[in-house]
Amino acid sequence: MNRTLTKPIADDLIRPLFQTSIWFYAIVFAAATVVACGAAAWGYQIWFGIGVAGIRWPVFWGFYLVNFVFWIGISHAGTLISAILRLVNAGWRRPVTRCAEAITVFALMIGAMFPIIHLGRPWLAFWLFPYPSARDIWPNFRSPLAWDFFAINTYLTGSVLFLFLPMIPDFALLRDRSTGWRRKLYGFLAFGWRGTTKQWNRLESAMQIMAVAILPVAVSVHTIVSFDFSMAAVPMWHSTIFGPYFVAGAIFSGIAALIIAMAVLRKTLGLEKYLQPLHFDNLGKLLLLMCILWAYFVFAERLTVWYGNEPSEMAVFWATQRGAYAPFYWTMVVCNFVIPFIILANPRTRTILGCVIASFGVLIGMWLERFLIIVPSLAHKQLPYSWGSYGPRPTEITIMAATFAGMVLLYALFSKFVPIIAIWELKAGLPSRLDTATQTEASLLATRLDSESFPPESGAPRGARP
Amino acid sequence: MAYRWGMAVDLDKCTGCEACVTACHAENNIPTVGAGQAARGRAMHWIRVERYYEGNFPDVRVKFRPVLCQQCDNAPCEAVCPTYAAHQNEDGLNAQVYNRCIGTRYCANACSYNVRFFNFFNPEWPKPLHLQLNPDVSIREVGVMEKCTFCVQRIKAAKTTAKAEDRKLVDGALQPACAQACPTTALIFGDLNDPTSRVARLSHSPRGSKLLEDLGAEPKITYLDKQPWHEPDTY
Repeated sequence: MNRTLTKPIADDLIRPLFQTSIWFYAIVFAAATVVACGAAAWGYQIWFGIGVAGIRWPVFWGFYLVNFVFWIGISHAGTLISAILRLVNAGWRRPVTRCAEAITVFALMIGAMFPIIHLGRPWLAFWLFPYPSARDIWPNFRSPLAWDFFAINTYLTGSVLFLFLPMIPDFALLRDRSTGWRRKLYGFLAFGWRGTTKQWNRLESAMQIMAVAILPVAVSVHTIVSFDFSMAAVPMWHSTIFGPYFVAGAIFSGIAALIIAMAVLRKTLGLEKYLQPLHFDNLGKLLLLMCILWAYFVFAERLTVWYGNEPSEMAVFWATQRGAYAPFYWTMVVCNFVIPFIILANPRTRTILGCVIASFGVLIGMWLERFLIIVPSLAHKQLPYSWGSYGPRPTEITIMAATFAGMVLLYALFSKFVPIIAIWELKAGLPSRLDTATQTEASLLATRLDSESFPPESGAPRGARP
Repeated sequence: MAYRWGMAVDLDKCTGCEACVTACHAENNIPTVGAGQAARGRAMHWIRVERYYEGNFPDVRVKFRPVLCQQCDNAPCEAVCPTYAAHQNEDGLNAQVYNRCIGTRYCANACSYNVRFFNFFNPEWPKPLHLQLNPDVSIREVGVMEKCTFCVQRIKAAKTTAKAEDRKLVDGALQPACAQACPTTALIFGDLNDPTSRVARLSHSPRGSKLLEDLGAEPKITYLDKQPWHEPDTY
């Protein structure tokens, strides 16, 4: 390893932690204000009753469940991308993984709030916990909502570990570089990391185990979220395709969220050197793949329903295809397929800006997709007499806005306390010998020697650093 | 042998007068949510009379179908409740434990008949209706799902009396409020486990069918079809 390269990397990536511009405070203040509005709206809802939301008979699930599925979907950004790329040892993953894993944790925290927000009596949410009570009543394990509880908690625990493990060496680096309360905080979080071979080996195996373990968990969690719908005999919910369809949609929206987050970080933290067009190009290709996969799933689902011609399902089908929900449906098709496909299929438009535009389209489209899965089906159940409609109320919209602001807030604060790009992983990816291809880049980076801890080359353990 | 409560609904007899709806509201302390909330889809009617119109004006015919909880043997609402608030009781009724309900509303979504109703707010009654509440029925608070119970308070009371007197309940001695109020006796309630009861015999009528039978929820309510209608002037 050429250590002359590592010092500037650490400097670049640590700088945002110690230098704060006025914009940071402005963003945090604005986001915190919206989050506070959302908290107030939730308080208002608890005080007056869930009736302040727009849900009604027979559409008992509305914006809250749409946002629940949406955010759990976004959470698939981190684990799947980062775990898969880690396992196949893709070199370009290094600056991307931590951004992605952080999205997972925050999106899960936000998504997991919605099943509680939407409850009629949220103060009794702990009855979903499997705790030994005096009444000997456990949660009903036949209920997909109980499965949700376990799936989401497993996933949250797993992705927190998956995020935290590779942060330990960086915490140690920060501990060594900071003073005062930060030194204490980072020292605690570094868990006594000293960079010995034994520690590196253990970290490496822990990361491998977590990467393998988190993959089935990530797939299962969105499958189980889809089971909330497909287990009920509701027209167009009761479908065997829902599990993989939801997982594909989740990865799709997750990559889109990751691209947007990376583009924002790149600009605001000045990481142009690390988050390069190459990364956006690669992620854009992944997004294109998921875009085609998503379109295939929608086609397969819609065609089988249409061909089957079952009356109650056709009511929902036509309501979305050319009825009251048709504007949302066709907007979804444009945002989720037409726009991303046109932009991403062409290498010349698959630029950073192009990827960001496509990603915004995907986020809007995937949100609409969740809305179109939940609401039209409930509004058109088997008995036509009890058909209904749904429109959101200000409380729901405020809480929804607050979750988006909450994501910005959590992300901004996170990037202020933790280097958003894994420093040690980036260092480990540096070339051990300067060949001609990397020489130019290396000469830009190489300025001084550095005496900090860094990992062994390409994962292979070596003796203690002199 | 245990009781297994069921109902037969004679569609030929139903005039759509909605006396059953009113009686149900009075018996079971069902909140009247007011015009504004009703317009926003918060009306609660454990039993409703669905109207289906056939033909074009002026040859319009209306079909009435009283729809209440079908008390399914294989109830989709019960399996999905994460807290066992919705469960099958010993008489085969789809019972709802209000105190155990946390308000996920999953049961109402899973129910194909849309006969579950949610307390979007704490219940209120316009004066003087607040003075006529039934002391045998608990008031449901905000955030709780509720539904037709087949007037379980009447069932419990009658069973307790019968047990004290060491006898079985006589067919017809016990009626929910809707059946009691029906002026044309279109609603027939009774024990399906007693082969001699009226409801058991009507359940096997060739006119009988179940609502959305193909979904496999195995409802305990049998609808007796209308007999073919002949226009008087065609004779």
